[in-house]
This record gives sequence, structure tokens and C-alpha cells, in this order.
Amino acid sequence: MHSQHTILKKERLADDIFRLKVSAALIASERKPGQFIILQLDDDYSERIPLTIADADLQEGSITLIFQRVGKTTRQLAEKREGDTIAHILGPLGQPTHIARFGAVVCIGGGIGAAPLYPIAQAMQAAGNKLIVILGARTKNLLILEKELASIAADLIICTDDGTSGQKALVTAPLLELCQKNPRPDLVVAIGPPIMMKFCAETTRPFAVPTVVSLNTIMVDGTGMCGGCRVSVDNTTKFVCVDGPEFDGHRVDFDNMIQRLKAYHPQEETARHQCKIGL
Amino acid sequence: MTHKSFSELSLNAKKIWDSLGPKAEELTLKERLKIPPQDMPCQDPRIRKTNVEEVTAGYTLEQAMIEAARCLQCPNKPCVTGCPVAIDIPRFIKAIQDADFQAAIDIIKKSSLLPAVCGRVCPQENQCQEHCTVGLALKDIQQAVSIGRLERFVADWEQVNKGGGSPSVKTSTGKKIAVIGSGPAGITAAAELCRAGHSVTLFEAFHKPGGVLVYGIPEFRLPKQIVKNEINTLKSIGVAVVTDFIVGRTRSLSDLRQKHGFAAMFIGAGAGLPKFMNIPGENLVGVFSANEYLTRANLMKAYDRNKADTPAFLSKNVAVLGGGNVALDAARMALRLGAAEVQVIYRRTQPEMPARQEEIAHAREEGVVFQFLENVKQIYGDNQGRVKSMQCLRYELGEPDSSGRPRPVEIKGSEFIREVDTVIVAIGNEPHPLLRQTTPGLATDSRGRVITDENSRTSIPGVYAGGDIVLGSATVILAMGQGRRAAQAINALLQS
Repeated sequence: MHSQHTILKKERLADDIFRLKVSAALIASERKPGQFIILQLDDDYSERIPLTIADADLQEGSITLIFQRVGKTTRQLAEKREGDTIAHILGPLGQPTHIARFGAVVCIGGGIGAAPLYPIAQAMQAAGNKLIVILGARTKNLLILEKELASIAADLIICTDDGTSGQKALVTAPLLELCQKNPRPDLVVAIGPPIMMKFCAETTRPFAVPTVVSLNTIMVDGTGMCGGCRVSVDNTTKFVCVDGPEFDGHRVDFDNMIQRLKAYHPQEETARHQCKIGL
Repeated sequence: MTHKSFSELSLNAKKIWDSLGPKAEELTLKERLKIPPQDMPCQDPRIRKTNVEEVTAGYTLEQAMIEAARCLQCPNKPCVTGCPVAIDIPRFIKAIQDADFQAAIDIIKKSSLLPAVCGRVCPQENQCQEHCTVGLALKDIQQAVSIGRLERFVADWEQVNKGGGSPSVKTSTGKKIAVIGSGPAGITAAAELCRAGHSVTLFEAFHKPGGVLVYGIPEFRLPKQIVKNEINTLKSIGVAVVTDFIVGRTRSLSDLRQKHGFAAMFIGAGAGLPKFMNIPGENLVGVFSANEYLTRANLMKAYDRNKADTPAFLSKNVAVLGGGNVALDAARMALRLGAAEVQVIYRRTQPEMPARQEEIAHAREEGVVFQFLENVKQIYGDNQGRVKSMQCLRYELGEPDSSGRPRPVEIKGSEFIREVDTVIVAIGNEPHPLLRQTTPGLATDSRGRVITDENSRTSIPGVYAGGDIVLGSATVILAMGQGRRAAQAINALLQS
């Protein structure tokens, strides 16, 4: 029953962004859009990090992971080659995305956030929604999954901070335009840096457009045991790993969440630990 | 209490045994009551609070012989009534008196599969030792025969001299059984079922088996090698250990049962969901569940700052909320992670603390400060959302509550501020909701505990449960006892 996790395919999607196909038959057959895994590179001293399952191949028994090289574990992971193995993968974890026929669904991916967004966008499109995708990044060569998302979206809007691709704008600019149109979107799914998700939620709030965000907080076990990932949602404590990772963006206390993501910054700045937060 | 060094205790015991040994068999009860109780040799508190090595060293041979000689061999065996798994305590102590340590460990293992663990972590003063005639005669429970230390002595003796021993296994029945969770309940059930000839698969969500014994109880109280030995014993008799597998997510319990051909299942998934206080400020940076704090330090080895990738929070002034063993483990771990000051905040007083007396004494020796009759009302943060202080409230003891302990009653208007930078919440755990949520038909009570009958059967035929997922937060020995009971019931089911 134990799967060996071998890297079947490795690609570099952008400077610091990689895509791995990893054998994980049990997880591949069970996973649903929105779910994630916890990965660990050795038995003793390596950390456990959460990564969203970007795709799965049932026949091959593999899952796809997309990650940005930001901390020690993702740096080590980026050095792995096809044929190498990953010691531990636990999953699928978290609540799957609620997929239904909502009508017009705007899916927003910021940076590496496009990775968790992709399976959700796929499922939303397959459920008969009109899919509009807004993809944002600092600059052109940090954009990922553009082709994949273009193939399923009725409309794909690209935004870059420096204008090297698409609009020179933040993702909230086209989002605001969409909210001002009639009819308004029926649902917004925003995944990206916390600050982006916060402002997407603030953009849609006056229009009362339901806005789902997917949070990537600090986790240890990923199964509800530690509570390190907890966030305030409507002043109630929720665990991102088991109650989420998706929440109503209008109810999340983003400021507290952003502070909690920096819990280990003082020592990370002085020690060899770099920022390990994927977003 | 002044610290006595290992060599001092050991020399002292040698001297006592020189005069006592030759006449040990003929001692009268009165003479036995006069034999001095043997202190547990420990690392010097000033040194041990800077390392994670085991605090206690275990009795020397002479200490064990002297302590065993204190046992009166009461015919009515009151100590056994206090043992959740009814170990024949006077008999194993008699075997130690006879210097037959193999016989002693064999007697224990008839009732308990994890003596090296239980000898270290059982709250003996509330169990076997509470009923000990010696303690009663000397009017001090602390002077009872140290049954737990003797249990540990023979368990360690067996590990050193016999490599832990290898249990016999009956011929294969060809039946497959799943054991979910590899903590004390799961280890015990797996061992019993495997020995009965079934093919057992033990599932663990973490990357290492052992459950609370590896993520919760710190190295300095229970060395991980001991847990590893127990797991290796399981593997050696043929138990398949599957890590990184969370039943309810990787596969549902029903799928596992139906599609993988398990004839029966045992759920020993524990109480893994940490309780919080539900007070303002609890999500500030620097507030942790004891589970998180200890898992980082123990399982992820954050105490080894040079090697571990998982960081431990940098603290100067730590408050731990709670009065159980977990609270003390967290407090003592905080010292070892470099905190200058650690306070345990408890609403009642020391006699009501659920923690083991020995751990309270050890914590105090290491410099942990206890603030009794006090609780936290609110936690305050700085402009970065990091803990800077907390508002506390004084309490007094009132009438006994349902637990029989005096109820803590808050003193109105007694609010005051304590400055801290870290708050660790150690007020207990609840059963994890995952299995309940993903297993249709699994009956649970209002507190989320799996409901079982006297044979450990759940509401689903062929599915049994035990340990903290049934009991709420309890002890290692109770979990073990439940694992054993369930295994016996499963064996009976599969024979019929």
C-alpha cells in the first residue's frame, strides 16, 4: 500500500518556478480540485511543506506539483532530477473546492497561485460555467500556465506589474471592470499572494460578488493536529488544513493571517532559513 | 530538593545493599518499612535544561534490589487494583527480589506490551502506587514502593541484555486486519493481532510511527529509541507499517475495508485536535497549541537548530496554560529551546494538577515557575501582531465539581497584566473529526468520541476502536489496555 514517490518529469516553467510529475497512485485517484499534499524530503531533519496538487494522471498514477524556489526545501526540491524520489508525500488533504454550475466564474491567479487555480478552473469549466481567467505576475517570464488556462477559458486577461505582457495593471483592475458590468460575475476564485487575495476580496465586496480564496498558511502536520495554520474567519478560528484551504474571502482576517505568516521571520533573517512561505 | 548525583545515589545504594542483601529474604514487614526509598538518579537540573537527553537514568541494580525489598508482598495485592491493565505487580517485584529479571519482565508482559514506555510515563501515584500498603503505612504516597521505576528497570534490563525479546507468533490465519493509528493503542492492538496469526497493516498519517509517543512526549522524558524498538519488534513479527497514509483522506475507512479486503479494523487514531481557550488575542503571533510546539520540537527535531529545517519560535518569556503532563512537557521544552523564563499558569493548585508528581518536581528543579489559582482572560499583541502581554485573573477554590476536584472560581476585579512573548495553550485535545466526517455510520458522542461497547465494538460491524479516540484525552496505559481488549475481541470474532 506504500507508494514510492518517483519524479517522472521535471520542467522549469519560469525562473524560479518548477513543475514536477511525481508517482503517487493512491493520491492521484482520490484527489479533487482544491486539495493539497504535505511533502518532506527526508526522515529526520527536513520540514513538512504544503503544496497544492496542480493536476493528476490516473493512468500513470501521478500527481503534478508546481512550486516556487523560495526556501530551503523548495531549493532542494528544485535540485532533484527525473528518476529521483521524494521521501514522504501525504495527501490528499483539505476540503475539495465546491464545484457547481454558478454561471460566470472569474478565476484569478497571482504568480504561483496559478498552479492551485488551474485544477479549479478546469473543474469550473467542466461543470458548465463561463470561465474568465485573470492571470497576474510581476513580469512576463513569471507567468505560468498561460497556455493551459487559455485553452479552457472563454476569456483570458493577463496583467503584469511592468507591462511586459498584457495590461500593465494589478489583477484587481480588470476584476473591478468585470464587477461593474452587467451581469456581474456569479463567483470569483482568487488564489495568489495574501495581499492580492485581500484586495480581490475588497474589490468584490461592494458588489456582493461571492469570492473564494485559497489560503497557504504555515503548517506542520497538515491534518488538523497543530493549529499552526489557524486563521480568523468571521472572528471564529478555523484551521486552513482541515476547514480550508478555501474560505469566503469577505470573512477572512487577512491582516492577522499576513502577520502570522511572518511568525518566523526574525530568525529566518538571521539564520540560514530563508522565507519558506510559498506565496 | 537538592540534587543528588548519580554516583552519590549509586554508592549509597551499594552500601545499603551490602548490609541488606544477605538477609533480604528474611526481613520482617517492619524492617522492610524502614528500608529507605530509592531516589531516581537524574541529570543535574542545571545541565539537563540545556539538553534533550533523558532526565532520568533509571535505577542501578542495587537500587532496584533495595526498592524491590521494600515490597511487603501483600496477599490482597491492592496495587493491582490500581493498574488499568492489572499487571501482577507483587509477583514481578518478587521476581526482582529473587534477582530473576527475565521472570519479572515476562510477568509484566503478560499484561502490558510497553513496559519501557509505561514505566516512564504512567501516572503511578494515581494508579498502582496510590494503593500501595507501604505508602499508606508511611502516610505518604511519595514513599510507596516505586513500582513504575521497577517496571522500567526490568524493561530496560531486557532491552540491554536480550535485545527486547521477540514475541512468538501463531501460524497464519490468512486474515487481514487494518490498525489505524500507531500510538499506544494501535501498537498494542497490532502486536496482539499479529501474534494471533493475522496479517496486520498499521496505518500512520505522520512520516514516523509512534503517534503521541513520538510527536508529543519529549525525548527528555521518553527517548525515541524506545518507541523505535517497539516498532521494530512489530516489524520483526510481520506487521506492515504504512506511514504517510491518513485514513479518511488517502482512503476512506469504508474503501479500505471493502476494496482492500480487511476482515476487521481497529481505530486508534487518538485525540489529535488541540483545544484553544477561545479568548481574544489567541491568534496572535506567538500563541501555540502545545501540540504544535511539541510536534515542532519533538517530531521535527527543532531543538537541533543547526540541523533541523523546522524552526522553533524564539522566546524569552513563556507562559504555558494548563496543568497536565503536556503543559509540563511544553514548559520544559521551552526552557531547552532557550527561554529565559517559563511560567505554568493553572487555575487550581498543585494537588489538583493532573501531571505526574515527578514531572512537577523535575520542572521546578529546572526553573519552571508555577502560578497557581490564575487564568488568562485576554492576550495582547504589539503593532506587528506579536504577543507582548496577557491579562490574567486570580482564582480561588470552590465546591468540588463533577471531576471531584475543587472548582476554580474567579475573583472578580482581580485582573492584572503579565508580560510574556509566547503563550502555549495546553488545555487538552479532542478526537480528530476526520474519521467521523468521512465514515458514514460511525457513531460518536457529543464530544466527538467514537462510541464503543464493552468489547470495543463501534457501530460498524467489524470495526473496533480504542484509546483516546474513545476516551478523549487519557493516558498511555489506558490506551494500551483498550488496544488489547479490542484485539482480543477481534480475535474472538475471527475465530467464530
